[in-house]
Amino acid sequence: MNLARTFATTGRVLSQIRHDPRTIGLLLVVPSLLIGLVAWMFTDTDVFSTIGPAMLALFPFIVMFLVTSIATLRERRSGTLERLFSMPLGKGDFILGYALAFGFLAIFQTAIAVSFAVWVCGLEIEGSLWLLFAIAICDALLGTALGLLASAFARTEFQVVQFLPVFVFPQVLLGGIFLPTDQLPAGLEAISGWLPLTYAIDALNAVATGDEDAEWIATKLLVVVAWIVGSIVLGSVTLRRRTP
Amino acid sequence: MMNNPDAAAPPAIVVSDLHVRRVRIPVLNGLSLTVPSGRIVGLLGPSGSGKTTLMRSIVGVQVVDSGSIEVLGLPAGSPALRTRVAYVTQQASVYDDLTVRQNLSYFRRMLGAPASDIDAVIARTDLTSVADRLAGSLSGGQRGRVSLAAALLGAPEVLVLDEPTVGLDPVLRVELWDLFHRLAADGATLLVSSHVMDEAKRCDRLLLMRDGGLLADDTVPGVLDATGTDDVETAFLRLIERGQPDLRPEPGTEAAR
Repeated sequence: MNLARTFATTGRVLSQIRHDPRTIGLLLVVPSLLIGLVAWMFTDTDVFSTIGPAMLALFPFIVMFLVTSIATLRERRSGTLERLFSMPLGKGDFILGYALAFGFLAIFQTAIAVSFAVWVCGLEIEGSLWLLFAIAICDALLGTALGLLASAFARTEFQVVQFLPVFVFPQVLLGGIFLPTDQLPAGLEAISGWLPLTYAIDALNAVATGDEDAEWIATKLLVVVAWIVGSIVLGSVTLRRRTP
Repeated sequence: MMNNPDAAAPPAIVVSDLHVRRVRIPVLNGLSLTVPSGRIVGLLGPSGSGKTTLMRSIVGVQVVDSGSIEVLGLPAGSPALRTRVAYVTQQASVYDDLTVRQNLSYFRRMLGAPASDIDAVIARTDLTSVADRLAGSLSGGQRGRVSLAAALLGAPEVLVLDEPTVGLDPVLRVELWDLFHRLAADGATLLVSSHVMDEAKRCDRLLLMRDGGLLADDTVPGVLDATGTDDVETAFLRLIERGQPDLRPEPGTEAAR
């Protein structure tokens, strides 16, 4: 590991994105638009107040997963990854450099999404708005970290796009949005208890309703952070300098 | 023969009994060769003869089944070699959404090369007029030169160049070969692949490859002399007909085999 190379990689990824204003626009605005759509759908009901917090977990997570996994795959396809691996760049520097760059973008994306949900869509939050923001950022970071892990496994664009349903959809289905996790069949409830998005959704709901104390929320958040760190480490271990 | 002031210098690259498969198909089957230090060695052969696989193995990004490769006295792919050996892939490996200068500045940081190298390599590869344009907006030849410029950062001792002159106009091609000769005169070793046989004449030595094996390892006059021809293309055909390779490695390096 070498921090100078890690930060150089972060800076390089950010300047690449800076040359693509449309991507920046999509990245920042799409989760908010989707949250707005959900709020609009349920205007005449009180559903949005129940599922709104989960939407803050869902959309940034999916968008960041997709963007990150494709960005790193592009690096592999363009031959630049091969060039970098013939240079002193460490595998961890590479993955962490990407995670920091997309983590930085996630801060802005999440800030916009949270603000939009609360002040435009009228999502009622009993607990701390800062805590809500912090959980939502961790969740977007989780999308980035899992995206990096998925792209370390994928060899083609086709595979990366397939990894979205594989890595993401089960978490969405079992995360407690469609059915509270304690009403799932026992086997699925156990699986749900292993998936990080479940914890992120629990934490966001708890902040929204103000039902749980900060300590309870912190334990949930810790699980999400552990998944982020685990995915980044596993992603760097999985990457290979030598390819067949 | 070639001028050979320091025949005692150890070879830059020694490949012994290299076996490599790609997607389960054997590409290199017990290949052995040496690349003498400070020379421009042309690696020639038709597409599919194993040139790129050999180059990838030398820079340490290829999974190798068996055999050994030493570069500058160290096993290929050693961390210590990553700043001393530069690799230019066949397809320009640069970031299309960065400017030429941003590309080079990033690769420079990776290598820990001095900042002054950026302008120096831009000038050497004749990219000054496009230095602040996005690499993706350049022509294929210009992008290839950005890729080459990145390899010149940090003054590497060994340059492995996979078809660096493909698609270049003849004037530029001559300029690049002049550059290669200047690099070699400064003591660098260059392994340059090509499938264009007449580029061979610009090399100090030739390695002719076919089906993962060596047809020749000799100087240019040596190959022409051994086959009784005056162009490399015909020499290549003669060697195939004859079924016996022309292996005359540079004196002082054959012991390494």
